[in-house]
Amino acid sequence: MFKLSDEGLKYVKNELTRYEVKQSAIIRCLYRAQDENGGWVSPDVISHLSAVMEIPSAQIEEVATFYTMFNKTPVGKNHIQVCVTLTCGMLGGRELCDSMMKEAGCKKTGDVSPDGLFTFSKVECLGSCDTAPMIQINRDPYTENLNTEKGLELVRKLRTAGGAGASGKGH
Amino acid sequence: MAEIKYLSEHYAKPEYQTLDGYKKFGGYEMLAKALKMEPQKIIDEVKASGLRGRGGAGFATGVKWGFLPNNGEPRYLLCNADESEPGTFKDRVMMERAPHQLIEGMLISAFAIKSNKAYIYIRGEYMGPAAILEKAIAEAKAAGLIGKNILGAGFDCELDLYLGAGAYICGEETGMISSLEGLKGQPKLKPPFPAVQGYLRKPTIVNNVETLAAVVPIIRDGAAGYRKYGTEKSAGTKLFSISGNVNKPGTYEVPLGYPLMDLINIECGGLKPGRKLKAVVPGGSSAPVLTAEECKTATLDYECLAQLGSMLGSGAIIVIDDSNCMVDVLSTISHFYHHESCGQCTPCREGTGWMERIIHGIVHGHGSEGEVDLLLKIADNMKGRTICALSDAAALPVLSFVTKFRDEFEYFIREKKSKVRGGQIYAQISH
Ligand SMILES: Cc1cc2nc3c(=O)[nH]c(=O)nc-3n(C[C@H](O)[C@H](O)[C@H](O)COP(=O)(O)O)c2cc1C
Ligand code: SF4
Ligand code: FES
Repeated sequence: MFKLSDEGLKYVKNELTRYEVKQSAIIRCLYRAQDENGGWVSPDVISHLSAVMEIPSAQIEEVATFYTMFNKTPVGKNHIQVCVTLTCGMLGGRELCDSMMKEAGCKKTGDVSPDGLFTFSKVECLGSCDTAPMIQINRDPYTENLNTEKGLELVRKLRTAGGAGASGKGH
Repeated sequence: MAEIKYLSEHYAKPEYQTLDGYKKFGGYEMLAKALKMEPQKIIDEVKASGLRGRGGAGFATGVKWGFLPNNGEPRYLLCNADESEPGTFKDRVMMERAPHQLIEGMLISAFAIKSNKAYIYIRGEYMGPAAILEKAIAEAKAAGLIGKNILGAGFDCELDLYLGAGAYICGEETGMISSLEGLKGQPKLKPPFPAVQGYLRKPTIVNNVETLAAVVPIIRDGAAGYRKYGTEKSAGTKLFSISGNVNKPGTYEVPLGYPLMDLINIECGGLKPGRKLKAVVPGGSSAPVLTAEECKTATLDYECLAQLGSMLGSGAIIVIDDSNCMVDVLSTISHFYHHESCGQCTPCREGTGWMERIIHGIVHGHGSEGEVDLLLKIADNMKGRTICALSDAAALPVLSFVTKFRDEFEYFIREKKSKVRGGQIYAQISH
């Protein structure tokens, strides 16, 4: 069963009084719980948050499912989100995603690679089109100005780094 | 004419991110000046400046502020930093380089509209800019610029940052309000408009990052000073996000009315050698595409682009050269709108899905005759009949791409491959 750390509980308590209405705290608390749960929002994350926040689980679930940044299935240590919209699409984002996935051992988006290190998602414009094609790993600052070669190198580097996430911080 | 660094004068200086650095260049002096003015006088000045919303719709800012009812209810100011319109990244640059400029603009605006609580709603992916803003907010709080009795002028204002979590629709002002209330980010039917009934059903003003930042120089230079740049109906300067097939993509500030081709050829260093301009999307993915011919006379202002049947939108310019297949480019746009439709309205939910499936079929070589006209018909039926403007925003690119580059769509359906690059586009080579 998922439980927030003591630090996490403190964080949630603080968020609950931060806004005019307490349900405004749901998004940030979901991020926190997702981070502590290895990168995804499992059903027990929702029931635990519901108990801690004293907000019906249906309401938390609704928020968790509406927004794309909450992962409803497990993800690898490095969740690689490749922008494939307009500019990134024109400048090779989709091809980049496919070759990185192949190198990482993921058959399709959403899969966790056998070594547990990678999951890929194709995402919509991340607001960095002047550095296309670009990606975001977990919720780290962007990795920009990529091409296939650099993308493959990045996968290899992350694999060598092994357990540590891109930033060393995990999700 | 050339690039004019009016808002972005100090953006290249790293110290401008910090309170001390910002103050060195006159930071927060306009807040002090504004706090000595009558709030109504500030609204009048903003009205006279001709400042129009930089988030996409281009609505006159001072006029919007004037819609607030005088009923003694608390008022809220929301800064729209959701910036998710494909092609747009100028708000990110502003928040990263000059977080205090935004905060100062917000505090002046909050004072003008008599609001004691302001939020910045930032998209969840912008963790970098969010961290910079949180630091700047903390600095400003510690210096007595946010909170009680600001600068001893008797004005109280709290300012906080709210994080989204990945949903384009939260950039639509009522969707943003739902999200801020802790709900799904679904838009609400207007009227009532947010100025009358917004966040927590209280009068609320929603403005874009760039709009609020522009209030600072308006206080400094006055309406007349601000109008030194731009045209009669498109006053001031604007930050444009330029991406795609140019040598130097990036964010450039130019006076409104600046020729589009100058921006492409001078500021952005033109196209790659041997390539020819095919088309430009001038105002974010929702703006109807312009042909190379139309670009020749296009100037970057609200009137000219409207006359050309397009719009200035968020100021996101996507340059497309002759190596691109327009069917393929449209396929990424249509995928986007289908993915982002919140599903409340049938024409939008069904229409975006239908259009995406047809275009997806065409790029995979399964198109059939008549689908070009079908696309036009579906798009036409999606306009003007939904809760929010996403449905229109999804229809406009389809209508313009298909009408202006009809031969590429028909060729693709007939030959089952693209007319460009010998047919070698993503959908055809990826499996
Ligand atoms: C689907 C949709 C998405 C939008 N996204 C944004 C956005 O990301 N940023 C923004 O400032 N305005 C966005 N808008 C416009 C807002 O609804 C609103 O008009 C704007 O924030 C008002 O600020 P302004 O008057 O300063 O432009 C969007 C509108 C629609 C219909
Ligand atoms: S038009 Fe589309 S996005 Fe807007 S409210 Fe209706 S279904 Fe949702
Ligand atoms: S299209 Fe990829 S960041 Fe905008």
